[in-house]
Amino acid sequence: MSSPIHDPLAPPLPDAETQVKTTTCYMCACRCGIRVHLRNGEVRYIEGNPDHPLNKGVICAKGGSGIMKQYSPARLTKPLRRKAGSERGANQFEEISWDETFAILEQRLAHLRATDPKKFALFTGRDQMQALTGLFARQFGTPNYAAHGGFCSVNMAAGMIYTIGGSFWEFGGPDLERANLFFMIGTAEDHHSNPLKTQIGDFKRNGGRFVAINPVRSGYAAIADEWIPIKPGTDGALILAIIREIIALGLYDREFLARYTNSGQLVNQDGASNDFGMMLRKADGDVLNPLRPHNFYWWDRLSNQPVADHTQGADPSLLGSFVMPDGTPAKPAFQLLKERVAECTPDWAEAITGIPAATIKRLAHEMGITARDRKIELPIPWTDWWGEEHQSVTGNPVAFHAMRGLAAHSNGFQTIRSLAILMSLLGTIDRPGGFRHKAPYPRAIPPNVRPPKGAAAVQPNTPLGGAPLGWVETPDDLFVDGEGQPLRIDKAFSWEHPMSSHGMMHNVITNAWRGDPYPIDTLMLFMANMAWNSSMNTSEVRKMLCDKNADGGYKIPFIVVCDAFQSETTAFGDLILPDTTYLERHDCMSILDRPISEYDGPVDSVRVPVLPPTGDCKPFQEVLVELAGRLKLPAFTTADGGRKFRNYPDFVVNYETAPGSGIGFLAGWRGKDGEKAMRGEPNPKQWEMYEKNGCFFQYHLPPSSQYMRNWNKGYMEWAQQTGMRRDNDPIIIHIYSELLQAFRLAAQGKRPGKQPPAELRERVATYFDPLPIWYAPLEDAQSDLTNYPLNAITQRPMAMYHSWDSQNAWLRQIHAHNLLHVNSRTAKAAGIEDGGWMWVESQWGKVRCLCRHSESVEPGTVWTWNAIGKASGAWHLSEDANESQKGFLLNHLISEELPANAAGKRFSNSDPITGQAGWYDVRVRIYPAAADEAAVSSPQFAPLQALPGMVKEVPAWRGWFAGKKGDGQ
Amino acid sequence: MHPALSVLLLTTLIGAGQGLFIALFVSELLAAGTLSPSFFVGGSALVVVFCILGLIASFFHLGHPERAWRAAAMWRSSWLSREVIALPAFMGVAALYGLAHWSGATYTLALGVLGTLLSIVLFVCTAMIYAAVKVLKEWAHPLTVVNFTLLGCASGACLATSYAVFAAPALVVPLSQAAFSLIALSLVTRGAALLRNATLKPASTLQSALGIRHPHIVQKSQGAMGGSFNTREFFHGKSPSFVRGVLTLLLFGGFVLPLILVLTAPALAFVVHYGGLLAERWYFFAEAQHPQNLYYQTVS
Amino acid sequence: MTQLALVIDLNVCVGCHACVTNCKQWNTSGAAGSLSDLDPYGADPNGTFFNRVQTFEVGEYPQTETVHFPKSCLHCEDPPCVPVCPTGASYKRKSDGIVLVDYDKCIGCKYCSWACPYGVRELDEKRQVMTKCTLCVDRIYDQSLPPERRQPSCVLACPPGARLFGDVHDPQSAVSVAIRERGGYALMPEAATRPSNHYLPRKKTTLNLRDEALYRSDNPQRIDGAPFEPNLPPIAEEL
Repeated sequence: MSSPIHDPLAPPLPDAETQVKTTTCYMCACRCGIRVHLRNGEVRYIEGNPDHPLNKGVICAKGGSGIMKQYSPARLTKPLRRKAGSERGANQFEEISWDETFAILEQRLAHLRATDPKKFALFTGRDQMQALTGLFARQFGTPNYAAHGGFCSVNMAAGMIYTIGGSFWEFGGPDLERANLFFMIGTAEDHHSNPLKTQIGDFKRNGGRFVAINPVRSGYAAIADEWIPIKPGTDGALILAIIREIIALGLYDREFLARYTNSGQLVNQDGASNDFGMMLRKADGDVLNPLRPHNFYWWDRLSNQPVADHTQGADPSLLGSFVMPDGTPAKPAFQLLKERVAECTPDWAEAITGIPAATIKRLAHEMGITARDRKIELPIPWTDWWGEEHQSVTGNPVAFHAMRGLAAHSNGFQTIRSLAILMSLLGTIDRPGGFRHKAPYPRAIPPNVRPPKGAAAVQPNTPLGGAPLGWVETPDDLFVDGEGQPLRIDKAFSWEHPMSSHGMMHNVITNAWRGDPYPIDTLMLFMANMAWNSSMNTSEVRKMLCDKNADGGYKIPFIVVCDAFQSETTAFGDLILPDTTYLERHDCMSILDRPISEYDGPVDSVRVPVLPPTGDCKPFQEVLVELAGRLKLPAFTTADGGRKFRNYPDFVVNYETAPGSGIGFLAGWRGKDGEKAMRGEPNPKQWEMYEKNGCFFQYHLPPSSQYMRNWNKGYMEWAQQTGMRRDNDPIIIHIYSELLQAFRLAAQGKRPGKQPPAELRERVATYFDPLPIWYAPLEDAQSDLTNYPLNAITQRPMAMYHSWDSQNAWLRQIHAHNLLHVNSRTAKAAGIEDGGWMWVESQWGKVRCLCRHSESVEPGTVWTWNAIGKASGAWHLSEDANESQKGFLLNHLISEELPANAAGKRFSNSDPITGQAGWYDVRVRIYPAAADEAAVSSPQFAPLQALPGMVKEVPAWRGWFAGKKGDGQ
Repeated sequence: MHPALSVLLLTTLIGAGQGLFIALFVSELLAAGTLSPSFFVGGSALVVVFCILGLIASFFHLGHPERAWRAAAMWRSSWLSREVIALPAFMGVAALYGLAHWSGATYTLALGVLGTLLSIVLFVCTAMIYAAVKVLKEWAHPLTVVNFTLLGCASGACLATSYAVFAAPALVVPLSQAAFSLIALSLVTRGAALLRNATLKPASTLQSALGIRHPHIVQKSQGAMGGSFNTREFFHGKSPSFVRGVLTLLLFGGFVLPLILVLTAPALAFVVHYGGLLAERWYFFAEAQHPQNLYYQTVS
Repeated sequence: MTQLALVIDLNVCVGCHACVTNCKQWNTSGAAGSLSDLDPYGADPNGTFFNRVQTFEVGEYPQTETVHFPKSCLHCEDPPCVPVCPTGASYKRKSDGIVLVDYDKCIGCKYCSWACPYGVRELDEKRQVMTKCTLCVDRIYDQSLPPERRQPSCVLACPPGARLFGDVHDPQSAVSVAIRERGGYALMPEAATRPSNHYLPRKKTTLNLRDEALYRSDNPQRIDGAPFEPNLPPIAEEL
C-alpha cells in the first residue's frame, strides 16, 4: 500500500484565522457553558466548556448543532410590518427600519401606558431573561405579563415550593452522587438535562438502583433498572398508597419529621371554629417573624402537655388526638396525614394506576428500608435554626426526580405536593443522598413576592403596585376586583386558579379574543409559538388571532411578535421584531431569575456575543431597554428624566434592585473593582470579569452551609445578608398546609377578607385540601370515557427538547416527523397497522397521523414526540417537508378550556389551584384511516411563504465547512 | 442490495463480449479453414464494442471516474482491482486477435488461447468481486463464479449465433447448439443458486447485530428519518410483487425463451437473452440480503 | 501494537444523540469534511453522518427494554472493507489501528461499504467519496489541545459518559478494563471481522428485601404509641 495522499491530521485550512470564545448555550433551557471555535469568522465547532460547573465539558445533540441554528435560512433579519390592506395571518409583510419600528411601538405603548396600562400584554416563551421582561412589565404598569411556565411546569414549582420551600427544576434536584435508590416519575428529561444525564450515568456506574415510573419507556426510563408503567394522571394515587404503606410500617424518618416539618404541630379540630383546620397558635409564643408567625404548638409526648414548638427538651407527639387546655380538640398534622391516607390502600391505587398492589408495596418497602438502613453521615458540624449544634450532616439515600409528567395534569399540584410529602417522610430534604436545594432556594413558603392586590394596583403612567408574577400566601393576596373577579387577562391569581405563580399564558389569546375579563390592545409575544405548539386548541386559536369585531377591527387589535426565526406565529404579527441568536447577544442567567446554581452554592452566568448580529436583527433585551428609555419607565430613567441605561450590558452592570441595594442581575464581581460577591456596588468591568472566568460566577458555600438549609442557621444568616432571603426564619416543611386550608375556609365563608364568587366556592373548597389528595383529572369528568378510552400524551425527544430547531438541518434529520406510538395490542385491536395511517380523535378534534406499534407504552396510553409536526412552509422548510406532511401536532386535540359546566361557565383546562395547563389530560380514541384517504397528516394549513429579509433561495444541499464563507466544496 | 444500472450493464455487456470471444476462438479452433477472416474481425470488433460499452457504463458507477486509473493499485488483495487490470488486458488481446485475423497473421490461435484465458480470468475476477463479499451469503459461493462464467458464455454464444446469422450462416447451427447447451447448463447452475438462496438462513440476526439475546427485538428508530446512504445502497426499494415479476422475467427472458429462440429464430436469440440477463443481474443484487439492513428497518 | 477504539456503555446510553451531532459538527469542518446534507430544508432531509443512534425494543409489554444503540465504524482488527478497496483508499493505520479513507484516492465505487456488515460507511453524495468515523484522528493527536481533550468529539460530548475511548490492546487501559470487567462484547462475531469497538451490556441492579427488614424494634410508631397495622404480620420479636 502506498502512503495516503490525504493527510488525515492536517488542518484543512492551515492559514485560517481561528478564535475560541466562551459563552453560554441557548439551544435549550439547560444553559451549559460552551466554547465557540471560529474559523475566518464562521462557527467551526461548539464544545462543552470543561471548566463550567454545570456541564463540565459535555454537550448535547442540540448544543452540538448550534451551527445550523446560526446559519438557518429561517432567520429573520429585518423588522417587518404587516402590509397595509393585507389581512392578518395572510403573511404579507414589508421591511421597515428600526427607527420606524420604535416609533410605532413608542406611540402605541405610550398611549396605553397613559390611559390603561393593562391593555398591553407581554408574554414570553423560552425566555431566559424574566428578570428583565418582568421588570419591564412592572415598570410599564401592566399586570399582564408571564412566561410560559403556566403551561410548562408551574405545578412542579408550586407543589413543591408550597411544601418544602424549593423544587426540582433549576431550583433543586436529586443528589445522585450519594443516593442508592432513585425514582424518576413521569417525563422529566427536559430540565437541567445534561447534568442530570451525567449524574444518572455516574449513579448507575456506581451501582445505584434506578426505578422509572412512566406510561412510556423512553428517554432516561430506558436505562432504568425497573420500569413501572402507570396510567397518566394517576401518579398521585400511587404516591398516596406508598405514603400509607410507609406510615403503616413506620418506615418514616420520625426524627426529621418531628424537628423539621410541621408533622408535630397541632391542628385545630374544632369543627365549629372558624379556624378549623388551621394551626393552633400559642398566644404568648415567639412568632419569630411577625409577617409569618411561627408560634405553633407541639404536644410534648414526654410531659404529655402542649408546649411551644421546638421547646428545648420536648418531643412532639406525631400521632394521637388531644384536647387543649381550653378544650379545643387538636391533632398533630402527621396524625391527620395518616388518617387521610388510611383509605389509600395499595389495592385502591392498583385500580387507579394499573400498577399491581404488590409492586406498590414493594416500592414503599424499597424506599423506606433503604432510607432507614443506609444512612449517610458526613463529618460536617452545623447548627440548626434553634441553636442546636449537630456534629454531622446525615441523610437518607433515596432520591426522586419528576417534572412535567406529574405537572401537566389538572391534579398535578396535589400530586406533586404528595411527592414532596413522601420525600419529607423519608427524611430526604436538603440532605445528602436525597433532594438538594439550589440558590436562591430554599425560600419562604411561599416566597415573599406577591402579586398586586386589586384594581388600584394598575394606574396610568405608574409602575404596577406589586409584581406581575408572585406567590399568593393568603386569599387576600389574590389579584381580584371587589366582586372577586379576575384582573389579569389570563385570570391568574383569581379564585379560578389562585396560586398561578407562573401566570396562564395558555389562556391569554382565548381570553383576549373573548374580551374576558376585558379586551386588550397590544399583545407582544417573545419567542413563543402561540399559533402552533405553544397553544392548546391550535386550530381555533389561529382563528381567534385573526377574528374581527363587528366594526371590522381585530379582536386583538395589535400583535407584536419577536423571534429570531420565521414561525407559524410570525404570520399573525402586525409587527415582527427580528431577534438575534444566542451567539450574537449579551444575556444573563440572573440570580434574580433562574440561575444555574449548584447544590453547594449560587452560580450565575452570562452570554456574550461571539458573532456580530445577522442583518438588522436586534436582541430583544435591547428592544426592551430602548423602549423603556423612550417610555421613561422610572427604573430606566434618571432623576432629571434622562435615559439611564445606554444599552442592555450597561443596564445589567448598573441596575440595582433598590438604590444602593448592591443587588443586581449578576452576583459575581460586584463592588467597584469586582472584589465583592453576591452584593456590592456596580462594577463597570463586570462583563469583562465574567468573560475572563468563562462567562460564569460560582460561589461555594462552606460545607456547614450546604445542607439542611431550610433550618441551617449559618446558611440563613448568609442568605439574609446577601439578599437571597428577606427574612431568616426557618422554613418548616408543610406536611399539612394551612395555607391551602385558609382558602378552603374562605370558600366556606369562615374567613374574613376576600371571598370567592358564589359559583366558585365549592370548587375552591374541594381542591384546596390541606392534606394531599388524588382526584381524577378534571377533563375526565367531562369526557365520555367509553368513547374516548385512551390517554394521549406527548414528550419532546432529547435531541429537540426545549429547543425550537425544526429549522436546524442536522436536528431535523433525526426527527423529521412524528408518529403516534400505540401499544401493539391496542393498535391491533383497533385494526391499525404498524406504519399505517390512522386517526386519533378527542372530543375537541381529530388528527390523521402515522402509527408506530410499540411495546414500551402502557396499553391505555398513546403518545408522540411533541412539536415535531409543523405547518407547511413554516420555519422556511419546503411546503412538502416531512414535518408538515407526515408530522402532526397533538395540540389540535387538546382544549385550552374545559367544556361548559351546568351554568355555562368554561374554566381553563388547568389545575384548579395553580392554573397549570392540563395538557396531559386529554382522552382520545383511535381508528385506522380509510384506504382511499390521502397519505398526508391532517389538519393541513395553507403553506406559509418566506418573509422579506429571509434567505430567498433555500439551499438544496449543504456541506458546512467553516471558514470558506459558507458551505464547503 | 440496490441493483445499480451501471453495474448491471457492465457485467452483462462484458460477459457477452467475453463469451463471444470464446465462441470465436472455439469456432476458429474447430472450423478454421471454412471461415472468412472478416467473421473474426467483425466478431472481435463486437467483443471490443461490448467491453467498451460495459466500461462506459461502469464509469457511471464511480463517484470519481477521473481517478479510475487508481483502481489497478490493489491487485494483490482486491478482486475489483484485478478486474480493472484483466478487463483492458482482455480487450487488448481481443483487439489484437481481430487485427491478426485482418492482417492474415499466423499467430491468431495463440492470441485466441491467450484471450480465452484472459476471458476466463476476467469472468473469475468479476464474479469474485461478489463472491468475495463474505457477509453476503447469497454471493459468497462458488456458484457465483460458475454462473457469471456460464451466463457470460451462454450470452456470448447467443450473441455469436445471432452474429453468425449475418456473418457466417454455416455456423448458425453448431453455435445455436452450443448456445442451447450453455443456456441449459446455466439454467441448472443459476437455478441451483436461486434454490440455495431461497433457503439460506442469514448468518447475522438482530440478536447478533446488537449483541442482545432475546427472541423479540424490534427496531423503532434507525436514527435518521429522511433516509441515508444505508437506506439507498443496500435496499432495492421495490415491492415483493415487483421482485417476483423480475424473477419470472429472468426465468423466461434469460432461459426459457432463449432456449426456444436460439433454435427457432437465432437472429433474435441474443436480444431476448440479454434482456433476460439484465433481469437476472437485477435479481442477483436484489436477492442479496445485506446484514447492515438489520440496522435500517424503521423510523420514528 | 496500539488499537484505538470506542467502548459504548448501553447501560447508561439514554439515546440523546449528542454523539451524533457533535461528531457531525467536528468532522464537517475538519480533515474529513465536509459532510453534506441533501434537502436540508425539504422533504426527507438526509446527509452524511459518521455516527447514528438507533432505538430498539426488546421484549414484550410490560417486560420491555428500550435500548438506544449508537453505531459507528468499529475499526475492526480484520476490516473487510480494506482488502476489497481497489485503490488503497480504504486503509488501516498500523500505528493505531484506525481504519480510514484516503479521500484523495477514493473513486467512490462503494465496494468497501458492501464488504462491511455493519453499515457504518456512508458515501458522501456531494463529494462522492466514501466516509466514515475517523475516531477524530485530527483531534486525538493535536498537541495544541490539553491531553484530556484529545478525544473523539462524540466521547467529549456524551453527557452520561456512555462512550469510552482508548487502546483496547493495552490490558491496563480503561477500555480494556471495562471490556473485561463489564462483559464487553463485539457485534456480529459471525462476520469474523474482530471489531475493536465493544459494547457493554445492560446491567440490572435490584434490591433484595427480606420481610424481616420491615419489622424492627426501633419502629418509630412505638414512640408515638401507635399499634402496628393489624393486617400486617407481627414483628419478629413478638412472635
